[in-house]
Amino acid sequence: MTAIPASRPPGGSHAGDSAASDEEWRGIASGADADRDSPDVSEEDSTSSGRRRSALSSALLRQLLRPHRWGLLLAAVVIIADQAVSIAGPLLIAYAIDTAVPALSNGDGGPLRWAVLGYLAAGAASAGTRLLFVRLSARLSQRVLRTLRAQVFAHAQALSVAFHERYTSGRVIARLTSDVETIGEALEEGVNDLVVGFLSVVVTSALLVWLDPTMGGWALVAFIPLWLLTRWFQRGSLAIYRGSRSAIAALIVQFTETLNGIRAVQSFRREPRNQRIFATENERFAQAEKRSLVLAGIYSPAIRLIGNVTLSVILVVGAMRVIDGTLAIGVLAAFLLYLRRVYDPMDELAMFYNQFQSAGAALEKIAALLAQVPSVPEPAEPRPLAEPHGELWCHGVAFAYTTDRPVIAPMDLHIPAGQTIALVGATGAGKSTLGRLLARFYDPTSGVVTLDGVDLRELTAADLRRAVVMVTQESFLFSGSVADNIGLGNPAASRIEIERAAEAVGAAGFIRRLPHGYDTDVRKRGGRLSAGQRQLVAFARALLADPAVLILDEATAALDIPSERAVQAALGRVLHGRTAVIIAHRLSTVAIADRVLVMDQGRIVEDGSADDLIAGSGRFAALELAWRESLV
Amino acid sequence: MSTTISPTARTEDTSPADVTAGVSAIPVSGLYSLRRLWPLVRSEVPRLMVSALLAQGAMVCALVMPLFVQQIVDGPIAHGSLSALWLPSGLLLLVGILEGVLFGVRRWLAAGPATRIQATLRQQLYDRLQRLPVSYHDSTGSGQLLSRAVSDMSTLRMFFGFGSIFLMVNSMTFAIGLVILFRLSWSLALIVLCFALPLIGVCLIYEGKYKRLSRLAQDQVGDLATTVEESILGVRVLKAFGRSAHLGRAFLRQATALQSTEIAKSRMVSVLWATVIALPEIAIGCCIWVGVHQVVDGELSAGTLVAFFTVAMILRWPIDSLGWLLTTLTDAAAAADRYFEVMDEPLRISDPAAPIPLPPGEAGELIFDRVSFRFPDTPSHRGDLLRDFRLVLRPGQTVAVVGATGVGKTAIAALVNRLNDVTAGRVLLDGIDIRSLSLDDLRAAVSVAFEEPILFSASVRENITLGRPTSTDAEIVEAIEVAHAHFVHDLPWGLDTRVGEQGLTLSGGQRQRLALARAVLGNPRVLVLDDPLSALDIHTEAAVERALRSVLHRTTALIIAHRASTVMMADQVALLVDGRVAALGTHHELLASNPAYRALLSSEGDPR
Repeated sequence: MTAIPASRPPGGSHAGDSAASDEEWRGIASGADADRDSPDVSEEDSTSSGRRRSALSSALLRQLLRPHRWGLLLAAVVIIADQAVSIAGPLLIAYAIDTAVPALSNGDGGPLRWAVLGYLAAGAASAGTRLLFVRLSARLSQRVLRTLRAQVFAHAQALSVAFHERYTSGRVIARLTSDVETIGEALEEGVNDLVVGFLSVVVTSALLVWLDPTMGGWALVAFIPLWLLTRWFQRGSLAIYRGSRSAIAALIVQFTETLNGIRAVQSFRREPRNQRIFATENERFAQAEKRSLVLAGIYSPAIRLIGNVTLSVILVVGAMRVIDGTLAIGVLAAFLLYLRRVYDPMDELAMFYNQFQSAGAALEKIAALLAQVPSVPEPAEPRPLAEPHGELWCHGVAFAYTTDRPVIAPMDLHIPAGQTIALVGATGAGKSTLGRLLARFYDPTSGVVTLDGVDLRELTAADLRRAVVMVTQESFLFSGSVADNIGLGNPAASRIEIERAAEAVGAAGFIRRLPHGYDTDVRKRGGRLSAGQRQLVAFARALLADPAVLILDEATAALDIPSERAVQAALGRVLHGRTAVIIAHRLSTVAIADRVLVMDQGRIVEDGSADDLIAGSGRFAALELAWRESLV
Repeated sequence: MSTTISPTARTEDTSPADVTAGVSAIPVSGLYSLRRLWPLVRSEVPRLMVSALLAQGAMVCALVMPLFVQQIVDGPIAHGSLSALWLPSGLLLLVGILEGVLFGVRRWLAAGPATRIQATLRQQLYDRLQRLPVSYHDSTGSGQLLSRAVSDMSTLRMFFGFGSIFLMVNSMTFAIGLVILFRLSWSLALIVLCFALPLIGVCLIYEGKYKRLSRLAQDQVGDLATTVEESILGVRVLKAFGRSAHLGRAFLRQATALQSTEIAKSRMVSVLWATVIALPEIAIGCCIWVGVHQVVDGELSAGTLVAFFTVAMILRWPIDSLGWLLTTLTDAAAAADRYFEVMDEPLRISDPAAPIPLPPGEAGELIFDRVSFRFPDTPSHRGDLLRDFRLVLRPGQTVAVVGATGVGKTAIAALVNRLNDVTAGRVLLDGIDIRSLSLDDLRAAVSVAFEEPILFSASVRENITLGRPTSTDAEIVEAIEVAHAHFVHDLPWGLDTRVGEQGLTLSGGQRQRLALARAVLGNPRVLVLDDPLSALDIHTEAAVERALRSVLHRTTALIIAHRASTVMMADQVALLVDGRVAALGTHHELLASNPAYRALLSSEGDPR
């Protein structure tokens, strides 16, 4: 293993020479790219952002715990009862020895019976409170966790495609798995440690001051180094835990990328290199974990040390006062006993605090994800769309990913309901972007896209997605059966409807040949199927969704000619009465289009029927000629 | 080794009610898996033992301190002697400091081993996963694997850092305490022992039951992670169809199932804890009864009884903590089970025992000799996907394979570099069965461009070189030239620009050209191109084809093709029907003679 650089530059800065850092292979991302990586990769902590982070996470914590405040209170009451009962035991033994022994000698067995019964009752109560507490606290923490999981999941889904394009999937996965689990660990034991620790410390401290104000004051002086120690630990541990959360996220990113790209990894013998990269990430995480363990391993023993030193000092001070005659010896004995009781639960407090810090770092990461505002938000006051017809309008629509690089120049476009449009043009002309604007994957930088006269931004996601469906080139399949995957288009569809949709796009043939037909598990990401087969399944899915507007973005690229022909024929039938925008570089699509739009550099440069355009001498005529020649 | 529950087995439908019934199918391998970790843990044991000893020492210090205080209060203070105070107080201070130091050193000592064991296990898991065949990965939820690498490993870390140490310390404390109890009063000690022994039985019973739940919970965590991963990777589809809520409900069901399991676990733990607390309490209750009688009868001194109870009280913590330690141990055992499930998964595709080296030179003759292939889960009544598939690619020849969707073209591509192995027959490279070659040699000789390009979040250079980090810039530039991927030079940082998930988003065509550049880099003996140009527009496709021809002249190439334009790059075309080659010839020959071929490749039937 090579040495690990202490801090990783956000974009993996390229030193230029070949002997540069380990991270050179990551390549350089743009300034904006580097920024968006920073919440995870680099941890430079300016005070303001650190404060913002902790404000966000404590707000999230409050929001999570508020519904459970009564449950928390009940758990606290149970744990206090548990403590009270556990104190009773030694008292009863003392009673048995001091009172029951002489009583029994005098022939009175009563006190002994009481002592034994009392002890058994205390034992039973102690078992009972423990039982109750374990259940209460598990129920509480599991409910909080479930809520948190659901909330993060829903939020991740609500965030726009643009967000997911820049925030690595591995990191979202890390938020939803490892980070949530870390919080779960803290919740599990947290209530116990916090309540027991806090209560014992406060109650016993008060008792100390009440017993003897001077000595109590002395005992409390020891809280000053404790406080300083805790401050030190707080700063150190939060930084370490933040680092450790980032490290585990980076590890998860590497892990999931490897697994999802295993075909390429094995084919191109990347295993050894991956092994080194993973070893670096793994080591980084292990080091962060070790640092956190060591830090906690200094913190709680140091608390114990302070407690023990305080005990010795108090003993000496107390002894001198007893010898002076200003303090009763019994008070000193009690004082020393109680002092021990202040410091014992401090261990638990320290343990809780440690877990709290770890959970805090995880909570920060989650809160930061939750604080991402969806750039394609749901409308506050949605407008209903009962019967979508499919008339699309673009009014002065422009779009740019970054301000300096417009992708779509301001354009006006009217697509009447029921029209089939073929959108053609060279790579990078902005076809896909236009499609994505029409499907509201993005919102335009300026201008308005309307469906049946309603701004897309005023439609609920449910209404919009019922009306507009987009099928892209990457036909993602979920693990499950073929039928499940087609059924995603319309979860209410019957098996017959699913099969009919597959039939319509010409997918039925190959599906029937699969080992279990429609019930064949497509395996992870459809690994069992070829790209063409996946596209057919995706097509059937879109057909089943039965939208008013269908946007196909290179959705036929991987099909062979008969399949494409079948899809074309199916489209000819199903597009009747539907609005369709078909983006394709295979011009065969043009055959079923009522109208062809040619795009170039974010503008529509030609617009007309295919025949008119071919007859002309524009770009489309040239494209068509080249295409025809390629068909030989 | 228990492998009845495969990582893919979805556990979501298991409601807590049928938990006990449903999980009984999982064999309980006890602590077997944990024991199997021994070789790995062995080197760390000395440190862990020392850590345990120090913990014991710290505990002794803690026990001694009250005695010191007692003596100081009863001695110097009671006698009012200030001068006699200093020595014992000094000792008290010393013991106090010693406790803190021992405590700290023990934690410091345990931190290393715990994190090292965890990191080593995780690394081994990753390495193993990289070597497991594609078929394994296709059938295994990657979330399941992720949860093994992350959650299960941290469970093991907790066990080695805390659980194992206190298991040692507490057993030791308990044993020593018991000896002392027996020396104080064997009759009372016998009572304690009588109640302590059933505790072992109770613990064993619970261990078995708890382990099932523990395993179930870990599997459910894995299922949850799988759903999370799919929901994120498939977010575009979910959005396009507005089905986020649909998957969200499935996720919530799984989260609820996990919640139920965790609560069921806690219910079981709560009973265990209550029993572990109650039994010793009953024992002590009995001891009070018997002891007091013995004192009154003069069989026992009052001082001994006090001492007995003092020691018994000290033993309470080791016993009370038993419940917690047992759950840590069981969780760790279940996590180790899950770890070994992956590690025990056979490497069905691996290096032969004695690999034959590839003959030097540039030959590249590829022969499919009566090859059959079927996916492992194909039911027996179904025929093979490929059967008696024969094809000969002479060195330097380019052969295109065409066929209807689902006929097995992509499966052929995966056979050449052994992402899958043939079920019968053999594939020969330069006369050698590819299963006799080392995987490294084979995959260096055979380069594949997949129909769906896979990019990693790394620089363009890294994505192209992937497995050949030693490639020179000239080679890279040449590969870019062949794949017509000139656009990379226009990227903001050229070859150093990061692409993939964390970097610049590329179009489908751009991705495909990068994958092509990756495949042609370093002049492989055999090039397998699976529909490599599908996402390109006409002009780019034509340009790439022109550039590719120069490479195809020198290299043996197998091209899976859907289009006439791609097929025309080939010297020969093989038409695949029903898993075997139905016709072989040039494009024009087949077009003229074979109607099935015509239907497949000509666009005559097009409406236009």
